[in-house]
Amino acid sequence: MRRAGRAESGSGRAFGIARAAYDVDVDYRHLELPYVRSADQDVAPPAHHRVVVVGAGPVGLTLAIDLARQGVPVVVLDDDCRLSVGSRAICFAKRTLEIWDRLGVGQRMVDKGVSWNVGKVYFQDGLVYAFDLLPESGHHRPAFINLQQYYCEGYLHEAAAALPDVDMRWKNRVVAAEKRPDHVLLTVETPEGPYRLQADYVVACDGSRSPLRAMLGLESRGRVFRDRFLIADVRMSAGFPAERWFWFDPPFHRNQSVLLHMQPDNVWRIDFQLGWDADPEEAKKPGNVVPRIKALLGEDARFELEWVSVYTFACQRMERFRHGRVIFAGDAAHGVSPFGARGANSGVQDVDNLGWKLALVLAGKAPERLLDSYGAERESAADENILNSTRSTDFITPKSAVSRTFRDAVLRLASDHPFARRLVNSGRLSVPATLSQSALNTPDRDAYTGAMAPGAPAADAPVRVDGRDDWFVQRIGGGFTVMVFSDDATPAPGVAAGLRALAQGPIPIASIVVVPAGAPQRAGEAEGLPQRTGVDVPRIAVVEDAQGMLARRYDARDGTCYLLRPDQHVCARWRSLDAIAVAAALARATCNA
Amino acid sequence: MAAMLNTEANIAAPDAFYEALIDTHRDLAPEQSELVNAKLILLLANHIGDLDVLRQAMAHARAGIVPQGVAPGEES
Repeated sequence: MRRAGRAESGSGRAFGIARAAYDVDVDYRHLELPYVRSADQDVAPPAHHRVVVVGAGPVGLTLAIDLARQGVPVVVLDDDCRLSVGSRAICFAKRTLEIWDRLGVGQRMVDKGVSWNVGKVYFQDGLVYAFDLLPESGHHRPAFINLQQYYCEGYLHEAAAALPDVDMRWKNRVVAAEKRPDHVLLTVETPEGPYRLQADYVVACDGSRSPLRAMLGLESRGRVFRDRFLIADVRMSAGFPAERWFWFDPPFHRNQSVLLHMQPDNVWRIDFQLGWDADPEEAKKPGNVVPRIKALLGEDARFELEWVSVYTFACQRMERFRHGRVIFAGDAAHGVSPFGARGANSGVQDVDNLGWKLALVLAGKAPERLLDSYGAERESAADENILNSTRSTDFITPKSAVSRTFRDAVLRLASDHPFARRLVNSGRLSVPATLSQSALNTPDRDAYTGAMAPGAPAADAPVRVDGRDDWFVQRIGGGFTVMVFSDDATPAPGVAAGLRALAQGPIPIASIVVVPAGAPQRAGEAEGLPQRTGVDVPRIAVVEDAQGMLARRYDARDGTCYLLRPDQHVCARWRSLDAIAVAAALARATCNA
Repeated sequence: MAAMLNTEANIAAPDAFYEALIDTHRDLAPEQSELVNAKLILLLANHIGDLDVLRQAMAHARAGIVPQGVAPGEES
């Protein structure tokens, strides 16, 4: 049996499981996950669960981990017993890594993945230009890592399975879903026959052809593109750098586009545009694939075909993502072209947005309409992704002669004229959605510069905690956090009292006091601030703004404070701490206002 | 208020401009001319910069033309 590549270098601490548990070579491509009979199959009235997640892909598994870490038990149903067949999604964005960091699985992905920031665009024989997706320093995570989807799912599955509140059920296929007034009734087919279970909420993460969507008579609508693409993942030793290379009309594949990406284990993703008339079955045959690859690599190139697939795509979404107690996320809710890596990455952002809302509603700490904000926020994020993806696709695959003429004119101008480089669109790569229109935001009362407006995902920056180097984004999330900039490590008594009050509300707010580099502090606890007394009182941390980047990125002065949501998005900010205003912003962000 | 597309006379030497425009295409095959026109539009659009003005120009250029073709290559 093939071993799954080099040993991991990740540290085990973040996963809550012993290092040895994943240090062995696991062949995630062929791993068969066991069907285990559940006690629910032996009871007459259907067992009741709080949350059932349908689909154990990257999106469903991320949600299961998030909910279980918040103490919400979750059942995960998957109709298969295997991880991703083939490498499929390979580009995981900075924001996705930050979400996985929050859930304790990010480091392992980064350790195994190929980090990259640079893309190069070629037209015919020459390089047109290169771009850097993360041109500034002071971020923990790269713009992207490339990692085969089976590794991503394998790591997420191991983290999920290690949590006692996650009940994984393989070979459990949902065959019927019935919406009842106070629950959803599911009928599940297994190798040992069917059983029923009921759930307060069902989250459908069951992919672009979502069976659950069809069972409820719902549709995902949009634009289908009449073009076919061939994915060839090849194993070879090659000297290409870890960059995204995109060719328009190259000599080795005339009139079409080609995309090259490096993956771990010496696997390379080559994506050939084929045109609509290509026969997908013929195109997949090794006898037809190998000559295309040799045209790119040279006649003498030595490589092994790892996975070959032909795909088409549509840019589409469901009109609404929430249908009462059934909530759709990921490809089930929306679809885009692969150019831009906006599929899996937006799905992970969906459940990052949903997890804390579902937990608060189930705990009775927020009304059910908080879940409607999931729909509103992520539907507009999907629109943004679909818009970007559609524009990229129209550039990459022009639909008319004049569109092709303009495309080629842009590419010809781009080598000499900087303005034209901005028009070249080989995929606008995934950036996190800024939820600027969200009703959960509290509008600014004061003036600020920079990107950290309400709705923005919190920017990272290097910090020092207890004299050790760390990263800001690693220190926030999970619950609400108020971040207070202070020139003095000992905040004014009024500030300390405010933070203490906020820590003790029904939805506790943790505090982070940001002080300038070198400000004196004592072991991460500011004098006069409430000490950690029990699990219900959130931690109050003091971090040093190691390079002054936090203050710059948040346009902060002494006293500036930000309220950050559990998903690390900004929801309010002020020039000085006013506990009553923070409490009001919290109420607004949780639909308790 | 959004800037307005200037459709009043704005070129000091209109005949010289028109001659230069036609000269730009001298000896070119039709496909080559199409490419030159496309590059010219892109260069001028960048110089103008204002998307409101550009949209007005696009609308004027298309006004009164009845479409005779259907965009191929897509379905909804």
